[in-house]
Amino acid sequence: MTSYALFLGCTIPARQPHYELSARKALPKLGIDLVDLDNMTCCAPPPLQSIDLETSLAIAAYNICLAEEADLNIVTLCTGCFESLAMANTMLKENNELRERINKILSNAGKEFKGSKEVKHYLQVLMKDVGLEQVKSQVTNPLNNLKIAAFSGCHLLRPSKLLRFDDPERPRIFDDLIEALGSESIWYRNKLKCCGGLLRGYADDLALQIAKEKIVNAKKAGADCISTLCPFCFVALDMGQLQIRAKFKEEYDMPVLHYAELLALALGIEPKELALESHKIKTDKLLQKIV
Amino acid sequence: MSEVQEKVSNVIKAKEVDPKFKYKMSKMHGAEKVMLCFQCGTCTADCPIARFSEFYRPRRIARMVQFGLKDRLLSDKALWLCSNCFTCVDHCPQNVEIAGIVRVLRNLTVKENKVIPLVYTVLASNLLKGGYVYEIREMHHKKRAGLGLPPLPKPNLEDIEKIFQITGSSNLLKGVETFEKVES
Repeated sequence: MTSYALFLGCTIPARQPHYELSARKALPKLGIDLVDLDNMTCCAPPPLQSIDLETSLAIAAYNICLAEEADLNIVTLCTGCFESLAMANTMLKENNELRERINKILSNAGKEFKGSKEVKHYLQVLMKDVGLEQVKSQVTNPLNNLKIAAFSGCHLLRPSKLLRFDDPERPRIFDDLIEALGSESIWYRNKLKCCGGLLRGYADDLALQIAKEKIVNAKKAGADCISTLCPFCFVALDMGQLQIRAKFKEEYDMPVLHYAELLALALGIEPKELALESHKIKTDKLLQKIV
Repeated sequence: MSEVQEKVSNVIKAKEVDPKFKYKMSKMHGAEKVMLCFQCGTCTADCPIARFSEFYRPRRIARMVQFGLKDRLLSDKALWLCSNCFTCVDHCPQNVEIAGIVRVLRNLTVKENKVIPLVYTVLASNLLKGGYVYEIREMHHKKRAGLGLPPLPKPNLEDIEKIFQITGSSNLLKGVETFEKVES
């Protein structure tokens, strides 16, 4: 078993139990041990970075310090948390002056950022620690060539100089992991473009227009479902479809599943264990195709 | 407003210009390369927001910084339309971090102009009150327990408060005014 400090953030534990349950059930099956650390707090996402960069870096680094004290690398499920923590980790490891400034702030909370740990997204852990072949060999319930529109969300890939996850223009990791489950990762128009999720709450019309285009493009390409990694993309595309129906009078009925859910299903975990009823767009028809 | 009046109000007046602004910006983390922008427009062409909004134009933001139009920049609500996708940062041929410049301008707006979207202040106050930007309520904890999920880590709110105090963010947030929507 390889152990990681699990960084959950806020949106997944509060609003998306289907994501957390599927990750907590699937990853240990592949030899990944998830450790919950006390005192973990917010990742300090872009809205907080927009208020004050130094405050946000200090909060992000505070979490990394907790992992350093426990001698564990961090794994995140949410790509937003991944972006905030991995960006802070790289910036503070590579910029001595900035690290000193942040450590001065952190000393008031009895912490010191040493830069001894890595922040990884769980796809990296699947790819590097488990390996594609091992994932394939553990699949007991292949997904019957389901056509899946992968949508990684921006914060898995960019800013690429700080996150260093995959080629940001032609990423393959997410698609390869989808295909490892016996499904097909399809290309659709503007696949890599933002879902507008972060504008929800103060520029909702714009956010909905952007989400709608995403869903239309996936539908046109013949997708059976969209697969996400980020809880905000999920809300924008799943809950978003209800709002699109109300505003534009258009119905798409496009299921949106987190990759962890697809992984759990492919590993033979029963759908009823995964709280799939938390989805706004029902997944029943899709499940009939694969279970 | 007539077309002529509108044109006059858009004219840049010398007194609006802060010639040192671009140098100040160049010293801020994320905006160091703003002077290197040669206005090719790759950022705007690839921006997922500019495709749908008539107000948000990243290239124009970089030019306005070079011109020193600080007040116009900090009072423009469109500044808050950037969705932080960082495509502009990855695509800029001059390695100008446009999203970094927007972040610096937003930080300055909090400090000086003091008018920001309501949702940002709500998220920050949630963090101070409960340790997360998204509020996790009692009903969420109960639902988790019912599904067999483990209890969530307890954030150390004192430590968070100390960090906000020492950086001055606590005071800044007390002094801001808010607006609810940004026209797009």
